[in-house]
Amino acid sequence: MEQPSSHVKIKRTGDVSIVQFADRKILEELSIHEIGEELRALAEAEPKVKLLLDFGNVDHLASAALGMLITLHKKVQERNGALKLSNINRQIYQVFKITRLNRVFEIHDTAEKALESFGQA
Amino acid sequence: MKVPHDFAVDEADLIDVVVPNDLRSVKAPETCILDALTRCGYEKDAIFAVKLAYEEAVTNAIKHGNCNDRSRHVHIRYHVDPRRVVIMVRDEGCGFAPEKVPDPTTDENLERPCGRGIMLMSAYMTKLRYSPTGNEVWMLKENAAAGHRSARKGSQ
Repeated sequence: MEQPSSHVKIKRTGDVSIVQFADRKILEELSIHEIGEELRALAEAEPKVKLLLDFGNVDHLASAALGMLITLHKKVQERNGALKLSNINRQIYQVFKITRLNRVFEIHDTAEKALESFGQA
Repeated sequence: MKVPHDFAVDEADLIDVVVPNDLRSVKAPETCILDALTRCGYEKDAIFAVKLAYEEAVTNAIKHGNCNDRSRHVHIRYHVDPRRVVIMVRDEGCGFAPEKVPDPTTDENLERPCGRGIMLMSAYMTKLRYSPTGNEVWMLKENAAAGHRSARKGSQ
């Protein structure tokens, strides 16, 4: 089931909600707050939520987006859920490395590998 | 604050822009800068770096320096040539002490939701220089590709 929105596309595979970002530049400051609210609602919608953020469409990231992801990560952890990231391109991954956030988030090369790590392909 | 001497750009070569204090208004100068970088042959990684640093600088100016006050403005100066890009961003606030911003990469700060902008600007730019008051930042990105092209020509 897909839930269209102006910023993200959400689909379900088993008990994992896969979030894809609709626009390559949606992680700029202007969109971050709205995306954060949408993802927070998703995290609160069910206990032990399993969320996969697929960055396949993203080619730019602001530091405020990193903050949004950290806040989301904490919310998911509070609810004993799991948050994973996938399909991060080399330039964006470098941002995660420079900020050491590659040690905070579980990052997979592909969505398929991330789904396997949730226990489903 | 004048352009830092070691940025190797003359004052007269800088383009001056003053924009309203909102995130949409700073897009036009950004587009001019990024288009100029493309024309001058900067590689994608350099363009990514400049875009990221510019956006962090203007976001800081708008949100923190100018306190989201719509009556204030953001002052931008820039110069792009095949060897380097220089960008200045100044807000109309009272300034701050960038050296007092905590290191966001330490274990105790790693999961804080904010405070990474200056660190990223510093990581991605060749040089970063704040004015004594802290409400003005100068950024320099040297075109590594230009340096490599010169080296190859020299060796032929």
